[in-house]
Amino acid sequence: MRRLLLNAAALAVLVTTIFPVYWMFLTAFKPTRDIQAATPTFWPEHPTLEHFVTAVNAPGFWTYWRNSLVVTVAAVLVALVVAILAAFAVARMRWRGRAGFVVAVFAAQMAPWEALLVPVFIIARDSGLLDSLAMLTGVYFMITLPFTIVTLRGFLAAIPLELEEAAQVDGCSRPAAFRRVVFPLLAPGLMATSLFGFITAWNEFAFVNVLIIKDQDKRTLPVWLSSFRDVFGTDWGATMAAASLFALPALLLFLFLQRRVGAGMTAGAVKG
Amino acid sequence: MRERTSSLWPYLLIAPAVAGGAFLLLYPLLKAAVISFQHFRMGELIRGGATLAGLDNYAELLAGDEFWTVLGRTAAWTAINVVLIVTLSTGVALMLVRLGRVLRLALMSALALAWATPIIAATTVFQWLFQSELGVVNWLLVTLGFDSFRGYTWFADGTATFAVLVVLVVWQSVPFAALTLYAGLTTIPAELYESARIDGGTGPQIFLKVTLPMLRQLFALVASLEVIWVAKCFPQIWVLSQGGPDGATTTLPVYAFKVARVLHRYDLGSAVAMLTVVILAVALVSNLRRMVRQ
Repeated sequence: MRRLLLNAAALAVLVTTIFPVYWMFLTAFKPTRDIQAATPTFWPEHPTLEHFVTAVNAPGFWTYWRNSLVVTVAAVLVALVVAILAAFAVARMRWRGRAGFVVAVFAAQMAPWEALLVPVFIIARDSGLLDSLAMLTGVYFMITLPFTIVTLRGFLAAIPLELEEAAQVDGCSRPAAFRRVVFPLLAPGLMATSLFGFITAWNEFAFVNVLIIKDQDKRTLPVWLSSFRDVFGTDWGATMAAASLFALPALLLFLFLQRRVGAGMTAGAVKG
Repeated sequence: MRERTSSLWPYLLIAPAVAGGAFLLLYPLLKAAVISFQHFRMGELIRGGATLAGLDNYAELLAGDEFWTVLGRTAAWTAINVVLIVTLSTGVALMLVRLGRVLRLALMSALALAWATPIIAATTVFQWLFQSELGVVNWLLVTLGFDSFRGYTWFADGTATFAVLVVLVVWQSVPFAALTLYAGLTTIPAELYESARIDGGTGPQIFLKVTLPMLRQLFALVASLEVIWVAKCFPQIWVLSQGGPDGATTTLPVYAFKVARVLHRYDLGSAVAMLTVVILAVALVSNLRRMVRQ
């Protein structure tokens, strides 16, 4: 009886959790007359790709899609490289100012990004970087960097120093020991942090609104999607198709990496 | 454990991170602080040459009614969301521990999917779910017998829009909190529960006497992260309602953005943003200290 209640409750939570995502994809595949039916259907009875065609053919879609991907991937990669270096210094070396650096990184994690919109706009304008993807990449890199350092430091600290030392005894140089021994063990940590960085940058909405003003070709998907009313009017099928195409990379990446990242992500974040 | 080194290596290794932080975080932060003490509007933004205004912007803010209304609304918004998020995700985490393998994996995957759904995509979907004529929420409510929801326009009413935003933010936030708490729960040794049960503890007693003390730090961490995220939450509100109708969903970040972007009062907007930072910092200072000490 208890078992049954528990499972029923779990099913209810599962349905509530998944329903908005399901409804998004379902609407995207429904023909317009089904979308506008008085009684909604919960299964694609007449699946169609017409809304995806509308979304993909909307002006600028591919440009914005590419912009989003370029900016996100670049920001995550730069943040990973910079963070590995810093995390290594923090987790493996003792130096004057180390504690201060750690505190600064923790504080930076809580950075009031929304407060920085105006000054970042001014910096971008004065250095001629307004309407440029490079500036966006830089900002997204910085937004994801503190979390990346903290998490990688947690993962690095969990890898015994003895492993590295053993490799060095066996004749590896220190960088070689790091590359051959530590790096493979760090892989789940790298995936967890890049996943988080990807979602943060893929999602970002406030800065792109302020930094991309005149050059419409530099906009990213979140901005485009948020103005869908201008693009599609009340065409909910096309809107949901566009939302699906926007959500898909994040969802796929998550499902693909989730198993390998799993508890490691939270462990790394919590150990901090 | 760590080797002591007097070389330059550690400084070279952190140099890129420090440079990035100085240019894209520290400098803008100082600049925002300075702007909040200046007379800085459209003209100054274009021409430059802002003059010092001292505490004028802050005085203007604190003297007006709007700031206090927005502050109160932000407090209510944060409290409602965080209480719901922590309560629900604790329930889900406790549920996950007890579930069979198949259902647990299914629920975890569902949570991961909701978590990974980009904010703007989710916000767009919620506009569709709560659409007045064709939205499935109204259909469901009418089917359940709440006839007054036939064609109900959620986004015309302040309280209703606020409620939809709460549902959206809670739905987006529970997965992270639940999975984190679940990961924490799995680290509690089973013997502790067994002995508690042998001693005759009931479910709620065991939760209060065993689980809660063991995970105090984790709960504190999750709660303070959620406070920060919820209080600063911007894109959902901006896309769904732009702070309306009639300002009913204008929280501090939305207010700062409106004042700067719409009224071109960059000085006043910066002052709002700085006050938000100070309020959050004061509210979280004890937790912050605990996290740094770890």
